[in-house]
Amino acid sequence: MLTVHDPRGYPPKVVGKRLAPRLSSLDGKTVYLVDCLFDNTDVFMEQLRQWFAQHLPAVNTRIARPKETWSDDAQMRAAIAADGDAAILGVGL
Amino acid sequence: MHTHVFKRLCNATALAMGMPRLRQAYVPQPVVDRSAADLRAYIEGQDPISKRPFMQEVLDGLLSPLEDADLHGLSFERTTPRLVEADTEDNLQRLFEQNCWTDMLPVVLPTEARVEAMLEGTSHPPDKVVGRLRPTAFREYWEFTVEKVAVNAVMAGARPEYFPVILALASSGISARSSSTNSFATITVVNGPIRKEIAMHDGIGVMGPYNHANATIGRAYGLLSQNLQGGSVPDDTYMGSLGNWLAYTAVLPEAEERSPWQPLHVQKGFKPTDSVASIFFGGWYTHAGYGPRATWQEKMRRSLAAVEQYSQPLFVMDPIVARGFVDLGFDTKEKLIAWCADNALMTAREYWDNQWIQYLMRPRAVAGVEPYASRLKADPDQAIKIFEPSEINIVVAGGETQGAWKMISGSLRATVSIDAWR
Repeated sequence: MLTVHDPRGYPPKVVGKRLAPRLSSLDGKTVYLVDCLFDNTDVFMEQLRQWFAQHLPAVNTRIARPKETWSDDAQMRAAIAADGDAAILGVGL
Repeated sequence: MHTHVFKRLCNATALAMGMPRLRQAYVPQPVVDRSAADLRAYIEGQDPISKRPFMQEVLDGLLSPLEDADLHGLSFERTTPRLVEADTEDNLQRLFEQNCWTDMLPVVLPTEARVEAMLEGTSHPPDKVVGRLRPTAFREYWEFTVEKVAVNAVMAGARPEYFPVILALASSGISARSSSTNSFATITVVNGPIRKEIAMHDGIGVMGPYNHANATIGRAYGLLSQNLQGGSVPDDTYMGSLGNWLAYTAVLPEAEERSPWQPLHVQKGFKPTDSVASIFFGGWYTHAGYGPRATWQEKMRRSLAAVEQYSQPLFVMDPIVARGFVDLGFDTKEKLIAWCADNALMTAREYWDNQWIQYLMRPRAVAGVEPYASRLKADPDQAIKIFEPSEINIVVAGGETQGAWKMISGSLRATVSIDAWR
């Protein structure tokens, strides 16, 4: 019988975060469509914007983009917090 | 919103962020290269995970009332034991493989005695924190100590005298097990006196399985990366589509004594007497050639034009090739690098028609960051330079049995002191 070491590192503590409050309706609300900058996501987001315009015209949609890939753009986040009611982030490869 | 092949990764990331009930909706993979009509069909179609209409998932995510569990998320501690429960050698080998703690080759089991012997290779205490690693930019960092690095060094078959090199690599913050869909590997170049002290080999077969130090240091870097960062498991903590054979091991020392040029670490500001590891991130493409012969310029231009333009070239040149370039007037690496930068050309159309250039460089170009802004302004048919001189590197190594060179994708990510870990 052998006793051996565990080769894994130490994970950080997971700290729970509450989800953002939900809306009761999207009518008259501003929803940001956040383009995460993957190739062709701009085309996807434009199609999503058009879907909202066609099917839920009472919703204001605005497309937003961070300055840099893989960055938490504080300016973009502040703009969304200031005049947005909700945000949808996407999309992958 | 994600594409469906990333479901496990999305769930794991949401859990690690304390929001396991984060609302997520999925469209089919891929989004890249799909037309606007295709993408509209995704939006109007089904979520391939839930089998419900995609937009219903999106709207429910925005509008469905929160439940109690959503209001405080999920907090919990995770621990890693120091030792594994005692068992037979065969059972432990199987356990390590099943837990994805290996590179799927047998490992040297990290017994207490072997780990203790490895720790003799450094003056640093076992409980000292070496650094943090993560598989990709949006995952959580895991932390690790000198002892944990020693455990992985033992598993790779490394000897205690190699341990300062392995600790230096672990301290770099660069994972050799990136989860990028591009299947990147790392390539490490070692410079300075340590090469000779631990009998690394820079001659015949330098990039092959012919030297114990070269081979096991590279393997240790891979194993420590996957185990100390929280895993490198396909479909969870590893998403490289093709994978990369260089991920098994890719370490070479520069043949400083046989090179006509300044060693890499001196180019980067270190003293010749410093021992240093330079970590290149890439391994995506490899081109090769001989020379320099009469048509070397044509060959080199073709090779440089054939790269994936987001991944910068690292040349490994046999000393015969390096001396041949000196005979042509390139008496420093910098002169040859300048020629390469001037001749690495591609039309702007082709340069920008690349998903990773679009993803990584276009935002910088739009923000006015040079040289990307000028590349974006160029006429589509204009030939543009695709690399800055600072992005191209040359290392001399090889056995002089042939005037051979290889150009491997490798962006220099870190140059770290080995002496700091003696």
